[in-house]
Amino acid sequence: MTRYVVGRLLTAIPLVWGIATLMFLLVHLAPGDPALQYITPGMDREVVEQVRANFGLDQPLHVQYGRWLGAMVTGDFGYSYSMARPVADVVANAFPNTLLLSGSALLLAFVIGIVLGTIQAVRQYSVTDSLLSVILLFFYSMPGFWLALMLVLSMSLFANAIWELPIWFPASGMTSADYDLMSPAGRVLDRIWHLVLPTSALSLALAAGIARFMRGSMLEVVRQDFIRTARAKGLPERVVIFRHALRNALTPIITLVGLYIPFLFSGTVFIETVFAWPGMGRTIVDAIGTRDYPLIMAASFFFAITVVVANLIADTLYAVVDPRVRYD
Amino acid sequence: MTRRNPGPADSGHGRAGWGRRVVGSILPGLPQILMGRWGTGSTALSVWLLLLVIVVARTDRLLAAVGGAWDERLALLTTVFGLMAAWGWCWRDLGASTDSRPSGIDQWSLAVVAFSRNRTAVAGLVLIVLIYMVALLAPLITPHDPLHMYDLTTSRLQGLSTTHPLGTDHLARDVLSRILYGARISLTIGFVAVGISATIGTLVGAVAGFLGGAIDNAIMRFVDVVISFPRLVLLIAIVALFESSITLVILVLGLTLWPSTARIVRGEVLVLREREFIQAAHALGYSRRRIIVRHLVPNALPPVIVAATLGIGNTIVLEAGLSFLSLGVQPPTPSWGTMVADGRDELLSAWWLSTFPGLAIVFTVLAFNLVGDGLRDALDPRLRS
Repeated sequence: MTRYVVGRLLTAIPLVWGIATLMFLLVHLAPGDPALQYITPGMDREVVEQVRANFGLDQPLHVQYGRWLGAMVTGDFGYSYSMARPVADVVANAFPNTLLLSGSALLLAFVIGIVLGTIQAVRQYSVTDSLLSVILLFFYSMPGFWLALMLVLSMSLFANAIWELPIWFPASGMTSADYDLMSPAGRVLDRIWHLVLPTSALSLALAAGIARFMRGSMLEVVRQDFIRTARAKGLPERVVIFRHALRNALTPIITLVGLYIPFLFSGTVFIETVFAWPGMGRTIVDAIGTRDYPLIMAASFFFAITVVVANLIADTLYAVVDPRVRYD
Repeated sequence: MTRRNPGPADSGHGRAGWGRRVVGSILPGLPQILMGRWGTGSTALSVWLLLLVIVVARTDRLLAAVGGAWDERLALLTTVFGLMAAWGWCWRDLGASTDSRPSGIDQWSLAVVAFSRNRTAVAGLVLIVLIYMVALLAPLITPHDPLHMYDLTTSRLQGLSTTHPLGTDHLARDVLSRILYGARISLTIGFVAVGISATIGTLVGAVAGFLGGAIDNAIMRFVDVVISFPRLVLLIAIVALFESSITLVILVLGLTLWPSTARIVRGEVLVLREREFIQAAHALGYSRRRIIVRHLVPNALPPVIVAATLGIGNTIVLEAGLSFLSLGVQPPTPSWGTMVADGRDELLSAWWLSTFPGLAIVFTVLAFNLVGDGLRDALDPRLRS
């Protein structure tokens, strides 16, 4: 087991190196000079050269590449001039918020997906099954940013201002204005209240994908001999489905965690933008607006690394759950 | 085995055939629907009716299009050819009697039969055909000029009305017309980007799988790197570093999607490589190029077709997303993503601005997903019933 994890970790290293190289190539293929942001038209030639030298841009490409790799290894991502802080600081502030949002969305997506997929499989070819299929495909085809806007429109703006419903959810931010004055329990509730809409917007499309996969997986398991045996020995259907079938159908679902995490992060870019959620996705979008290249590069790199780590965790989980996967 | 359209309506060929031909000359597709082939039939019939309505209701614009801009001429050509195609196809289809159909059944015609039995998939296909027609015919069917700004003091952010069926936006432009024109951007980008990626992916995957060894290893490691990147973040990084344009968006979308196709094709080729017919091709002394292009690629194609169809839907969502972040198609060109973004600031006062372009995205993507699912079932012999 340990050998398997170590082996997987070793294969992840060239992957990370490849990503860092790709980022380096991108920056240098892009037209324009990164030092241009610091150069004003009236500047002296000597000063311009000095600025370029300060950034190491006068060095040959392989030297710059070596420095870039060194900086990545030591976690020195440069200085974000739009935020006037080290990039590592900005990322450290934003990342937990993204993790909270995407983590709760992943959880919600799997719960909804597994439940709906199981219902569909148990009632295969029924009205419920086909109705759910259509609804799920509808959500599956939906762009996350549009779903987010529609949720804001109906559950927040209209629910609050026009329909005057008793329940509505905030359209932006992570906490209310009077968050600091709340009791500890009130703070938790306030956080959850703010999480409802972004999490739903992020997770519904994923949930639809998981449900489709779950239905197929469940149908495959239900046809197998050990399920027939369980039924034949007189177990109630409830026990057959939940104790015997569900466990086996869940195994392939775990691989989806690794598969969906890149999608999840892509989704956070939009959801965070719509809901003004101070996470990584919004950081990238803001950084593009201000042309803050070090921040764009570092945030992209960080996203990619998280995906690699998530895949690693998913593979390991799979190996733990499925004894057929060999460790060597 | 050769009868493709069984059913009671198919029993006689004499007088009933002529009756059908008369019906078919007026309403092409209707005889096919009556014969139980409602998929192809309803496609032909809806294309025919749509074009006929345009000819009757928009005669003035049709005539003006003769000497108009290139997209107006294209719309005119589409109308003429569409009418001729629907009519000619119906006539030829009825003329070909069931007995004269070729007797051998290959893999592809089996798939066509399986696909046409799947009602939701066929509905998706009809929807796609209609959306493509809308994109091509946009200059003829839109109620207003999508770029024309009406009086900003009186026509801005107007609700749904008979003159503006889906209201007007913050610059007093007609929303419906902009949505109809927006179909062009989405479909073009989706189609071209997926075309690029499917071509590159198939070739790279086939070469990697066929050659194996160090080349395979190097290619697949590179594929791993690109796949493990959140695609949107990569897109954002590239589009932000370079100057954004439609060409760049298409290229970047196309060049970031191919690794997953390559992975699929490589998997297929690894299996096919060991099959007898490939060994026979080796034994016959065929060149590597010939084996890859003529024997491996065609047999590895079914999963690529499925992935490409689903990929078009995905790409349309991604393009809309980039435009939503104002990194994609630049204004004033109407694009669904930009329109949703424009409506964001007016959500409470003008809910229709974001809602309808979004619905257009949802239904287009849904259509491609339905067809993709249908193709998956139809092309896989194990899933055919």
